[in-house]
Amino acid sequence: MAAVKSSGRAAVNRLAVVGVIIATLIFLAPIYWIASTAFKPRALATTVPPTVLFQPEITSFIKLFVKRVQMNKAVDPATYAAAPWWEQRIMDNGERVLRTGDNVQLSGYPSRFMNSLIIAITSTVLAVGMGTFTAYGFSRFRVKGEADLLFFILSTRMLPPIVVAIPMFLMYRAVGLTDTHIGLIILYIAFNLSFSVWLMKGFMDEIPKEYEEAALVDGYTRMQAFFKIVLPEAATGIAATAVFCFITAWNEYAFALIMTNRRAQTAPPFIPSQLGSGLPDWTVIAAGTFLFLLPVAIFTFALRGHLLRGVTFGAIRK
Amino acid sequence: MTSVATKMDSLARPAQRRGLSDLGIRNLFIIPTVLFLIVFNIFPLIYSLGYSFTDFSASANAPANFVGLRNYRELLGDENIWANFVITAKYVIISVSGQMIVGFGLALLLNRTFPMKGLVTTLLLLPMMMSAAVVGLFWKLLYDPSWGIINYALGLGDFAWLSNPDAALFAIAITDIWMWAPFVMLLSLAGLSAVPKYLYEAAAIDRAGTWYTFRRITLPLVAPILLIALIFRTMEAFKTFDIAYIMSTQPTTEVIAIRLYKQAFQQWDTGKSCALAYIVLIMVLAITNIYVKYLNKVKER
Repeated sequence: MAAVKSSGRAAVNRLAVVGVIIATLIFLAPIYWIASTAFKPRALATTVPPTVLFQPEITSFIKLFVKRVQMNKAVDPATYAAAPWWEQRIMDNGERVLRTGDNVQLSGYPSRFMNSLIIAITSTVLAVGMGTFTAYGFSRFRVKGEADLLFFILSTRMLPPIVVAIPMFLMYRAVGLTDTHIGLIILYIAFNLSFSVWLMKGFMDEIPKEYEEAALVDGYTRMQAFFKIVLPEAATGIAATAVFCFITAWNEYAFALIMTNRRAQTAPPFIPSQLGSGLPDWTVIAAGTFLFLLPVAIFTFALRGHLLRGVTFGAIRK
Repeated sequence: MTSVATKMDSLARPAQRRGLSDLGIRNLFIIPTVLFLIVFNIFPLIYSLGYSFTDFSASANAPANFVGLRNYRELLGDENIWANFVITAKYVIISVSGQMIVGFGLALLLNRTFPMKGLVTTLLLLPMMMSAAVVGLFWKLLYDPSWGIINYALGLGDFAWLSNPDAALFAIAITDIWMWAPFVMLLSLAGLSAVPKYLYEAAAIDRAGTWYTFRRITLPLVAPILLIALIFRTMEAFKTFDIAYIMSTQPTTEVIAIRLYKQAFQQWDTGKSCALAYIVLIMVLAITNIYVKYLNKVKER
């Protein structure tokens, strides 16, 4: 009887694993498809039936970074031979690279990518910095109305971006902060600060008070104890919080769409705007998407032990 | 008890130390954050509350005129706005229930030991870490009626997912389910792994059936964490903007956040959008309140 039961359970287990494999393949198919489109020749990107096997190439990434126009006649063989290899790939597609003098003109993508990096990194450092101090304050000292204050801090995170964006847009316009890096950085700090306080408070609560108390007895000031004892203990938590804040700022779309249009525009509003009208070159869009998603994918693996905690604002710690 | 004592203790003897007192440090650490959030979150809201009683337009040079409650009256009596709320509700129901079913289903499948479990789980979590705007964009490639792989894989011919008024909302919800089912899965896995093994052993000894065990042991014990996932996803789905805005321009997919965006930044009907923003805000705060109360309850366990 027992044998029947356990072999039945083993069969269920095996079936579940098959289910897991199928589900994983279905879930990863969209990501695989966008990644593979980035490496396809343009002619194979939108075929019916879809092209699965192809010779991967990086032409779309070259096209992503430079400004180019359609050529109206075939390229002169001497010019072709004199061009560097990457430019030849563009000429193969019947296009030529635009230059000012001898300098290759860059497309909008590299500057948007840089904007995303600058804005996400700066806002993360500041939000996590402030959040760490505040979390320590809440974790170690008695604060009047602590629960209400923490609720207030969390509730700022729950505000729909569009609701906040309307008055912020008017205020930014009045002081000239629209389409500036600093403008978006401030918005992203405000957006991430509450998250950072809540997550860091969880990490701070886990560091035994006795560590600092021992240091205080040894003659450290509270400030020294914080910097020399607590911060090193909280390093993992700070890193995890920072990665979460970075990803949030990196991915943010609504504020960036409303507050920026060129100079400080980040990648999320820029990448879809490439679709434009007419026949889009999906290989270039896919290349831009691939490069944009890559850091997030890497960070997700780096974070895997803290994901649950992060997405629940530190409420569930496993 | 001891923790309270140390807290009082450390506040009570600041003077004898060098450097800042504990009270000073506490204020130095907490006040800037609270001020920052007041200046950049609460102050703008007060500012827009003022505008919500005016006919102000940010694109016109005319000064704002006080119109009392007219904006609110007009909005609440506007059938189109209600239609936007109905679309939002439909979207929330389809996408959140899809996420709960798919996410919990995945968690049930994953809740056992098998090789490379950690890797598989992390891979499944990738979608929720991505930018909704970019996800919406590349799903447009997948949904393309003439050469998208979805129609090809399902044999649907040239079914126009996103330009079909009836299908577009579903198409967006499917993308949202792909993105956020992993979130429900992650929470459910935590809930499932916390169910004590001896309960299952006891059930096995009593020869309880699989369904009975699931209904009487698994489900009740995972329910609190599922409810957290449900409330959190409801709140987020209610605020949906990026994914729907990128994927479709159909009027049947105009959720309330898109309506608000258009009214504020395309029609420049600033005063009225501030009023609409307040109506949305009150709804969001109501859901948030439920969420936080619930989080605290779960935390206390």
